Amino acid sequence: MICAVTDNKLSIEKSDPGRRGLHAKNPLRAKANVPANLRRKAAPRLPELSEFDVVRHFTRLSRLNFSVDTHFYPLGSCTMKYNPRFNEEAAALEGFSGLHPLAHDVCAQGTLELIHDLSARLVELCGLDAITLQPAAGAHSEFTGLLLAKAYFENKGEARTEIVVPDSAHGTNPATASMMGFTTVNIASKPDGRLDVAELKKHIGPKTAVLMLTVPNTLGIFESNIEEICRVVHEAGALVYMDGANLNALIGMVKPGDLGIDMMHLNFHKTFSTPHGGGGPGAGAIVCRAHLAPFLPVPTVKKEGGKFASDFGDGKSIGKVKAFFGNTGVLVKAYAYMLAHSADELGDIARYSIINANYIRALLKDLYPSYSSEYCMHECVLTPGKDMLDKGLKTLDVAKGLIDRGFHAPTIYFPLIVHEAIMIEPTETESKETLDEFAAAMKDVHDSGVADPQSLKDAPVTLPVKRLDEVQAARQPNLRW
Amino acid sequence: MYTPHTAKDREEMLKTIGASSFEELVKQVPSKFLWPKFKLPLQSLDESQAAAVMAGLAGKNCRPLNFVGAGAYERYTPAAVKAITSRTEFLTAYTPYQPEASQGTLQAIYEFQSTVCALYGMDCANASMYDGASSFAEAVRAAVRVTGRKKIVYSAGVNPQYMDTLKTYFAHSPEYSYVKVPMKDGVMDRDALPALLEGAACLAVQTPNFLGLIEDMSGVADLAKAAGALLVAASDPVSLGILATPGEYGADFAVGEGQSLGLPLAYGGPYLGLFSCKKEHVRQMPGRICGLTKDKDGKRGFVLTLQAREQHIRRDKAASNICSNEALCALAATVYSALYGPEGLKELAEANAGAAAFAAERLGTIKGCSLKFKGPFFNEFVLAVPGSAGALREKVLAMKGVDIGLPLVPLYPELGETLLVCATETKTEADILKLADAIKEAL
Repeated sequence: MICAVTDNKLSIEKSDPGRRGLHAKNPLRAKANVPANLRRKAAPRLPELSEFDVVRHFTRLSRLNFSVDTHFYPLGSCTMKYNPRFNEEAAALEGFSGLHPLAHDVCAQGTLELIHDLSARLVELCGLDAITLQPAAGAHSEFTGLLLAKAYFENKGEARTEIVVPDSAHGTNPATASMMGFTTVNIASKPDGRLDVAELKKHIGPKTAVLMLTVPNTLGIFESNIEEICRVVHEAGALVYMDGANLNALIGMVKPGDLGIDMMHLNFHKTFSTPHGGGGPGAGAIVCRAHLAPFLPVPTVKKEGGKFASDFGDGKSIGKVKAFFGNTGVLVKAYAYMLAHSADELGDIARYSIINANYIRALLKDLYPSYSSEYCMHECVLTPGKDMLDKGLKTLDVAKGLIDRGFHAPTIYFPLIVHEAIMIEPTETESKETLDEFAAAMKDVHDSGVADPQSLKDAPVTLPVKRLDEVQAARQPNLRW
Repeated sequence: MYTPHTAKDREEMLKTIGASSFEELVKQVPSKFLWPKFKLPLQSLDESQAAAVMAGLAGKNCRPLNFVGAGAYERYTPAAVKAITSRTEFLTAYTPYQPEASQGTLQAIYEFQSTVCALYGMDCANASMYDGASSFAEAVRAAVRVTGRKKIVYSAGVNPQYMDTLKTYFAHSPEYSYVKVPMKDGVMDRDALPALLEGAACLAVQTPNFLGLIEDMSGVADLAKAAGALLVAASDPVSLGILATPGEYGADFAVGEGQSLGLPLAYGGPYLGLFSCKKEHVRQMPGRICGLTKDKDGKRGFVLTLQAREQHIRRDKAASNICSNEALCALAATVYSALYGPEGLKELAEANAGAAAFAAERLGTIKGCSLKFKGPFFNEFVLAVPGSAGALREKVLAMKGVDIGLPLVPLYPELGETLLVCATETKTEADILKLADAIKEAL
């Protein structure tokens, strides 16, 4: 699947002046009357290629990628599950894809109904009261969630300035907090990876606006004290935000609302199987309790007399977090995914994601010790064993060795609190056979690395490029042709 | 259901794990939280049933002959674009964290950044933002960081949704002030600029502006510079097939809505935020950036770079919290631009300007209707209509299946009863004649 690369040219290097791909021949062109002083002086420096040149160029590029369809891709915290083809076909239906975002509601009844029903199902799935589907991604949801908190406290006449996060949190949590003008308060985790409630009590008070907590956390451990945590936060008058990046561990098995949280986000490109596209588009949501609902971004969708309509609220809304509605094309895929699952079948997602993660953990326990001594939820965090570390081998070497063996690497060096972390999230859609093959590859990486450390330091050697010089890339940035 | 496990698999796996049952694995979850009742369908649909449901919903959306633009433009998506973006090696990959296993995505991002720079005439670009509105907001945030000032001057022709989004991004702080440059004949009143720009972080301008008119940007950057302010420009990328570029007129940051480059309308997303800037601001760019480098044998390769600005490294000191962006949309825009090339994009831009010019010519002569402004426009224009624009839109939609444009009263009440009418390259002479006849009949 990876071809030997004899051609590593950029499209612009293949350009041949005068060669044409597509044309725009609409005869109305002749009516264009833009004055010369408003026109660009030089043509854009874009490649001049035939359509076939372009197709071959990008087809070649595609073959240089690992992807879920071509490789096991156990990136922890990213939930790289199978992306059903049916979802893609549904979203491409002309009725959905051709709808203008400012279309009159009369013309948008199908999409509005879909959004309305998807919203209702997700609110029930989360055990909360209200939802917005406007955020474009997970981090954008966090931003929306903190805006809700801000509006909520302003409405109560309270000025709260601090966001509390555990040191195992995703980087987006503190980054979002500071983007919103909040101060981040970091709390050290307990040795077992859980939030330290005693520490929490020390750091929480009248200045605290929100505790942001990932459940299960980034170590793949459930926060067993969640009820007490929520109580402590609520007693201080603050809110609990659940980072829903790891919802795959709970879906259909636990209602996050039952845990006592005030709001959470969803990542459709993780839990709800929409493809990640090499870095997006994603789609997000904030699901919340009734006390935060008046502040949700507008518009939401309401049903009146059998018709669906955009609802612009009663003026308390935080406003818009992006133009138009949201990443609706992604929501269509998530809805198709929901149709394919009954309530029980949603629970099977959590069930098998947990079984798969524990299975890998068990297969690798002798070579790659687990950070936690407990069973894990949907992902496990391992490290290279002492025999590897003693030979100077690092997690990065394990990652590159795996790539040579046809597996995408797990997430590495995250969470930050685990030295040399290897974070593996197999997801529920992988079979036992694939996990067995992966474990065999991990064993082979171990065995060959311990026998000949340099061989692993040199990896990868089977790909179009070897290890890349990231220092030079940052020192002398070359960001364009 | 997409899980592959048989009962036998499950049994063997639990045995290997050393657990007697699944329940043992989730003992860390207090049992009272496990397996609650969900008021969700008890039966899932098989694929053919689900296909029928989805087709039914899609069929409830109507497909009028559409003349609404206002920030999202009906475009033809070439077959080759769809063919490339549906290659699952692109579609189902994650953010390129392992560069050696992601050279396809990374080179595509590098070519995307180069394409954005070429279109906007700028020095550098990032790997994309969520949409035009969030790109705009991030550019203004960057200008605030660079200048340390909190006064934001913007032209009245900036897309109102972009301003709404910007204000949401700054909602945490009452110290930001927003000063609108008034309009004169549908464009920014340049005479008002020197006084307004005093102490400003930036001047934010959109051209073609929300009303479709092309702003004359010559000398504007100098006015901003004289006041110590930066120039932030928002432009439709297809318009730049022919129009003066932000680079040519001296913008510090240039942004745009990349949906225009052949992405489907899809009721508002996923779209594509284009973000570019001058070289001296490169470290103020939010989000991912791809750079060219070499591997240890000296061979060319690509990596994510300048990551010391980003959330996963800098946490609360990051330039932005953005993580996922719109990579697949960026790929589509890159393929689209490569397919058309410089000459094709010029033709496309002229087809837009020509279609809109023809529509304006036809609609402007309908009795009771008139063009609100005289200046040059790109692919949309403001039409004054007799009586309620909203009622006229609904009437023509119901009678003729034509969506004649966006009523502007809620956004620009000072313009009176008007419609923002858009015609892109997808509209033929016959379509436009049908539009004119439909309005005539309804009046």
